[in-house]
Amino acid sequence: MTDRRPAWKRRHFEERFFKTLMRVSFLAVAGSLGAILLTVIVKGLPALSLAMLTQTPKGGYYLGKEGGILNAILGSLLLAGCATVLALLIGLPMALYLEIYAPRSRWAGSVRLALDVMWGIPSIVYGAFGFTLMLLVGLRASLLGGILALTLLELPIMTRAMDEVIKMIPKDLEESAFALGTTRYEVAVKVIVRQALPGIITGALLAFGRGIGDAAAVLFTAGYTDRLPTSLFRPVASLPLAVFFQLGTPYPEVRQRAYAAALILTIIVLGVSLGSRLLAARLSRNVVK
Amino acid sequence: MDPQISVRDLNVFYGKHQALRDINVEIPQKQITVILGPSGCGKTTLLKSLNRLLDVTEGVRVTGQVLIDGENIYAPAVDVTEVRKKAGLLAQRPYPLPMSIYDNVAFGPRIHGTVRGRDLDVAVRHYLELAGLWDEVKDRLHAPATRLSIGQQQRLCLARGLAVEPEVILGDEPTSALDPVSAQHIERRLLDLRGQYTIVLVTHILRQAKRLADHMLFMYMGDLIESGPAREMFANPREDRTRAYLSGEF
Amino acid sequence: MRPVTTASPASRTGRESDLARRRLQDRVSTWLFLALTALPLTITAAMLLALMARSQPILAGHTIRELLTGQTWQPMQGQFGFYPFIVGTLWVTALAMLIAVPPSLFTAVYLAEYARPTTRTLAKPVLDLLAAIPSVVYGIWGVVAIVPWVGASLAPTLNRWFGFIPFVAANNPTGFSVLSGSLVLAVMVTPVIIAISYEVLRAVPDGLREAALAMGTTRWQAIMHAVLPKALPGVAAAVVLGFSRAFGETMAVLMVVGNVAKTPSSIFDPAYPLTALIANNYGEMMSIPLYDAALMGAALTLLLVVLAFNIISAVILRGAVRRAAA
Repeated sequence: MTDRRPAWKRRHFEERFFKTLMRVSFLAVAGSLGAILLTVIVKGLPALSLAMLTQTPKGGYYLGKEGGILNAILGSLLLAGCATVLALLIGLPMALYLEIYAPRSRWAGSVRLALDVMWGIPSIVYGAFGFTLMLLVGLRASLLGGILALTLLELPIMTRAMDEVIKMIPKDLEESAFALGTTRYEVAVKVIVRQALPGIITGALLAFGRGIGDAAAVLFTAGYTDRLPTSLFRPVASLPLAVFFQLGTPYPEVRQRAYAAALILTIIVLGVSLGSRLLAARLSRNVVK
Repeated sequence: MDPQISVRDLNVFYGKHQALRDINVEIPQKQITVILGPSGCGKTTLLKSLNRLLDVTEGVRVTGQVLIDGENIYAPAVDVTEVRKKAGLLAQRPYPLPMSIYDNVAFGPRIHGTVRGRDLDVAVRHYLELAGLWDEVKDRLHAPATRLSIGQQQRLCLARGLAVEPEVILGDEPTSALDPVSAQHIERRLLDLRGQYTIVLVTHILRQAKRLADHMLFMYMGDLIESGPAREMFANPREDRTRAYLSGEF
Repeated sequence: MRPVTTASPASRTGRESDLARRRLQDRVSTWLFLALTALPLTITAAMLLALMARSQPILAGHTIRELLTGQTWQPMQGQFGFYPFIVGTLWVTALAMLIAVPPSLFTAVYLAEYARPTTRTLAKPVLDLLAAIPSVVYGIWGVVAIVPWVGASLAPTLNRWFGFIPFVAANNPTGFSVLSGSLVLAVMVTPVIIAISYEVLRAVPDGLREAALAMGTTRWQAIMHAVLPKALPGVAAAVVLGFSRAFGETMAVLMVVGNVAKTPSSIFDPAYPLTALIANNYGEMMSIPLYDAALMGAALTLLLVVLAFNIISAVILRGAVRRAAA
């Protein structure tokens, strides 16, 4: 059974050729991740110092050569943190409705389609929309504006994640709860949420990671400042914008702040992404299967 | 006559679980051999080891030898695609390739380069006739194969498998998903093909075994309990377990 | 579903008020949650309306054809020709897809059909991380690694050998170019295409693979002739979704693409995508008449294009996974 016909030879050459092509592609993709992380670390690590993390920029907008990025760190945490909480408060009930209250209705289908569509809207459009709303209401670029824009951005991600998590809960659990005479509210909140808690946390972390890394949505709506966040109605700095605004200056010290901000941002986002996976794996061990 | 297939000390493991234990058996040429047994006894595993389709599943370990025409198909230098050209599989559920009826049957010859050009038309017709499907599809050879009924699809799969010009046809409960009429059709085709091909079938339907088998293998929990000419086994099974199974006790 | 309770005479009144409370809870929550589910549709509709309203002023004074085909962008003189930006966006996005799709599909096929389970488990976090990296970080990588390479090595080399083809000619390449933008975008879009294609491929039943292999095909032949054709609609939807993402990407592209408001004629020329236009000029847009309407119009265009692509691919995907598994 070792045939040497031309068709046989061609087939096996083809197989080996494409297998190599596939391996190379995979390595290229994995390698690009390595390249990006390497760049961020090589540029950012030298810029990291205690001062960088604990001080605000000094000496004026764009030109200040000393100080750090504390304004951006705190600002980002506040922006994304509050937005995630808001998105959770809206998204979780939505997902509960879609899965427990009215699972196979046509309405649920349209809502899901709308969420899918929202999921793909570019963040700059959310920023532009947020901006128009703010003009309408008379709100200026501020922490509140940024939170609103980020909430809109995070909402489809959050809801979809919640939806997936709730979907994974075995139907039997839900049905046996109903058979005991509980209301939908009770099943949803007391049974399902408790079961799905690990997944809910994971989903929230995912949305948080997306929100904290976004620049385009907060560009119009949150403004920027060198000061620490003090009020909902004043502009607030954010890590992505700290990178964006400070990367292009001719002053190397200012650029250092950009690199440091990028590294901090990357660490936060990667930590959230990996951490949520581990958390989900660990917590789901205690969950009823 | 020399046996077409000889199985020597075959053991198959799925991870830690042993699915086949020390199988030693010979499968005669150009007859229908039926592998019989209750669910989970390893019939399909044995069948799939005969054309190395087991290789596709992850975590499978095979020791021992399977000789087809005297050559061990599990020898290291052997080309798996050639093994499968010699021994083709008719599965439980028909899976037509996503192409036309014609292309489904022509697929094998095209891939292996055995038939070309206008000869393809002749070959396609020949195999469709062998499978008993020609009359029903001759006017729509280029329609998508998925438009056929499930019984027709299974016959298409038979034609497709025959077009590869195997010596052995392996059937994994090939009629269990079909309605009785189509099932009967397939059974008749297999009986017709008997003198030209060695056929090995897996079934758990006793009656089907009675209708089709020249030679029989009875398996239970990964072991080969008994093997021999079908008539003898039905009339006078040697082992108790065989007797119990054949009389419908389990 | 109506809850059923059995009440003993002694505690009936207690149980009744309890039951009433629970019923109220159920009803209130139903209405509240239902109201919340109206949000996605409402928000999307509101976005469309708001952007349309705010871009209305510029449509009043200029025809759509003027806006789409005009080549001059001088807001201070009332000239709003979007052509260079539209073409710039199309160039960067199309080239990004050309660069991204083959490796992504190969990787998806590799992971779905060939890779060992350990490789697959390793690949998941890699793809997750790539998808999670913020666009400004991609931008930094682009500025630090891609732009210098394109400007100093790739452009001059290609120009020397193929400079006669206008598409790849390079005049004073700075590295800030269509190609740099496309390279960065390609990496950003890859995880999306891979993840969705992988799911669709895995939905194809193993029986089909076995049927092809049983005829003596190589693995690759089985994939090409049996698995891929079945998975094709879903894979197409994945590519469409990737295109949509690339189309709407702002920050990373902005940082590497040069932002010069001229229609590019070569991949080494700078470009100015629509997203970059909006992001770069929001500061001045309130001070020049009609500028804000123009930018909102650009945002509206983005929204409409992305909506169209997303709806198409969502609809295809729903059917495609079902059909692949059939």
